[in-house]
Amino acid sequence: MAELSVPTIESFTVTLIVRRFDPENDTEPKWEDFDVEMYGTDRVLDALHKIKWEQDGSLTFRRSCAHGVCGSDAMRINGRNRLACKTLIKDLDISKPIYVEPIKGLPVEKDLIVDMTPFYKAYLEINPFLVATDKPKKERLQSPEERARYDDTTKCILCAACTSSCPVFWTDGQYFGPAAIVNAHRFIFDSRDENAELRLDILNDKEGVWRCRTTFNCTEACPRGIEVTKAIAEVKQAILRGRA
Amino acid sequence: MAEKVSVDDNITYHSFDVLIVGAGGAGMRAAIEAGTDLNVGVVSKLFPTRSHTGAAQGGMAAALANVEEDNWEWHTFDTVKGGDYLVDQDAAEILAKESVQAVIDLENMGLPFNRTPDGKIDQRRFGGHTRDHGKAPVRRSCYAADRTGHMILQTLYQNCVKMGINFFNEFYVLDLVMNDGKPAGVVAYELATGDIHVFQAKSIIFATGGFGKIYKTTSNAHTLTGDGVAIAFRRGIPLEDMEFYQFHPTGLAGLGILLSEAARGEGGILRNSAGERFMERYAPTIKDLAPRDMVARAMANEVREGRGGGPNKDYVFLDLTHLEPAVIDAKLPDITEFARTYLGVEPYTEQIPVFPTAHYAMGGIPTNIKAEVLSDNDTVIPGLYAAGECACVSVHGANRLGTNSLLDINVFGKRAGQYSVEYAKTATQVPMPENAAADVIAMIDKVRKAKGKEKIAQLRKELQETMDKNAQVFRTEETLNEALEKVQELRKRYENISIQDQGKRFNTDLLEAIELGFLLDLAEVTVIACRERRESRGAHLREDYTERDDKNFMVHSMVYKQGKIEKNTGTNMRIGWKPVVVTNYQPMERKY
Repeated sequence: MAELSVPTIESFTVTLIVRRFDPENDTEPKWEDFDVEMYGTDRVLDALHKIKWEQDGSLTFRRSCAHGVCGSDAMRINGRNRLACKTLIKDLDISKPIYVEPIKGLPVEKDLIVDMTPFYKAYLEINPFLVATDKPKKERLQSPEERARYDDTTKCILCAACTSSCPVFWTDGQYFGPAAIVNAHRFIFDSRDENAELRLDILNDKEGVWRCRTTFNCTEACPRGIEVTKAIAEVKQAILRGRA
Repeated sequence: MAEKVSVDDNITYHSFDVLIVGAGGAGMRAAIEAGTDLNVGVVSKLFPTRSHTGAAQGGMAAALANVEEDNWEWHTFDTVKGGDYLVDQDAAEILAKESVQAVIDLENMGLPFNRTPDGKIDQRRFGGHTRDHGKAPVRRSCYAADRTGHMILQTLYQNCVKMGINFFNEFYVLDLVMNDGKPAGVVAYELATGDIHVFQAKSIIFATGGFGKIYKTTSNAHTLTGDGVAIAFRRGIPLEDMEFYQFHPTGLAGLGILLSEAARGEGGILRNSAGERFMERYAPTIKDLAPRDMVARAMANEVREGRGGGPNKDYVFLDLTHLEPAVIDAKLPDITEFARTYLGVEPYTEQIPVFPTAHYAMGGIPTNIKAEVLSDNDTVIPGLYAAGECACVSVHGANRLGTNSLLDINVFGKRAGQYSVEYAKTATQVPMPENAAADVIAMIDKVRKAKGKEKIAQLRKELQETMDKNAQVFRTEETLNEALEKVQELRKRYENISIQDQGKRFNTDLLEAIELGFLLDLAEVTVIACRERRESRGAHLREDYTERDDKNFMVHSMVYKQGKIEKNTGTNMRIGWKPVVVTNYQPMERKY
């Protein structure tokens, strides 16, 4: 088959300044510069790959699907949490270097890889699974309106972009964080679920939804476009007034 | 039930009744089935929700008949015909019959399917799925917007959490330990620490996914390097039907990112540079909803004959502009977002440049309908199972229908879980040989200490380029021999590599080198199977043998690794053939 190409502008040199940490040799993280030849339509992930594959094989980061659905490559790019595979070079100001560092609030393991354990732990604590005691022979019925009620929060890919953008989470690692609340919301507002009260109780904890200061960082950070802050507000309302 | 753990000489030993390799749809569906009464472990190179099942978009086929008349027999026929009669018909029958329960299982576990106005699971059209043996497209795909795979993956993981399934995430399984022809366990490398773990189990299920990274233009994740399939092959298990690799028609041009067939199921139309709806010429009855092999070929042909679009005339267009924006937002939100993000194209008003992308392996580890792995045409390896894309049952034959893979992982993942439990309940553990991890330790040491000149990324790039050029939609003896020669050259150069990262912790440099070894093995098997099948069938198009040849080739290929160079392939691989199971449907000409 013929070689493919899409219309692209000329390639240019981009400087990436990457936060590095080698747990076997470094005591402190350090910044390191790399110049790479890129096209505007390339993604930041492509730039990281280019560095790893052509300049420094030890540069370490998580990635898999490379198109924004697996949630592996959340990182801080020019001070904002994004997925490296959904951030195009042309959408950044390339007259300046691009700063890439690990997401904040979780322990750095190596370079851009963080320890996700505290993040997953919060997720697991909200009972992220449907609880329904009936034993239907066919599908449970759910109207399109009931289904739409929790659609937004089903989109979560557990990338941690929201939670690690939250100033409350940075200072208080015990806070459940936006992603856990989003996943609780997904079940609290599912008409088939019977465990809303338990989830609301869990999130009524001192480390629960009331720690949210509605800074909207999480909503801005979400690569799936989930209205995270709104979901948190709806959970707060449900604790106060019951599920609407 | 707690697993048994011991540590000896820096190697950690684990013991389970059932061990599952891979935490995508098939692996987790198996875990849910097996985890209720036995001690189950799941080992995965990724955190489970990062698995590539999550990238599947359009839906899961099942003849629920929620929106129009349908039945499992029509679904079976479509699957057989879609697979160009290379499908094992007993397996296709199971797939279609058990599809309804598979969908109900998922709904009951909490999957948020789209709904009909009366609250049932909604269904839509998809390529090759028809009413009454090809009369018209039928609404058979159960879906959740265009993120059905994401919802399946999330729902299965949620239920594994609920059951307390024991996961080992970011553990790379690098070997299958066999003792006197019987499986004893697997050896894994822990990404975070660089430590070696040996897992022994009575039943072992491979659910390791595909290997799209043998190609350059692919919808597959970077991590889809076929580790499980290659490991099985290295341990003497043949690989079935490896020449049948699916190229999905609508990849974003130049990038290969998948745009679901659901776009056409919802009314999207493929057009060439003249604006012509060219599928009318290739499949007059069901047009844009013809099976993927036919559509991909038609697109490639349009480009080859000069009717492509863009500055290099090297793609065609997916036109959604006649659909209501509200329909696009409700039914196809993610893929339209991909077009905006990656190509800067607005699907409400502009046509999307698309071209076929390497998508799915119909072939893989041979299994029977109980998901038991076979060591030849019919000998079962007791205690070893495979399900999902890594396996070849064969329900997809020479070409898989859209929505049949999300179905496959659920039906045969569940079966693998059930039969592995049945076996583990009465079997005794195959003894773990002394030094079970020795081969893996040696392989890692060799890569780590290598001082050669070759770069992994360069070899991988050359491999992917030769596969795209020589073993893609169109193939000939000449191109395949060129690919084989190239792969063999790359194998030699692979002996002369070096890596830069010498650390133990999170050494992805090391793992990329090991993964390339798997890719080289699988590319070679693929090319040999392509060359030896001198006919055209389904996704395998030989320009030098353009007709389907039922007399000589209505058989599955089986490629075996040998200790010596084989005369008929000129490599250390031997090719055998396996009869197709035919029950009700004799091969017919495949027209749509």
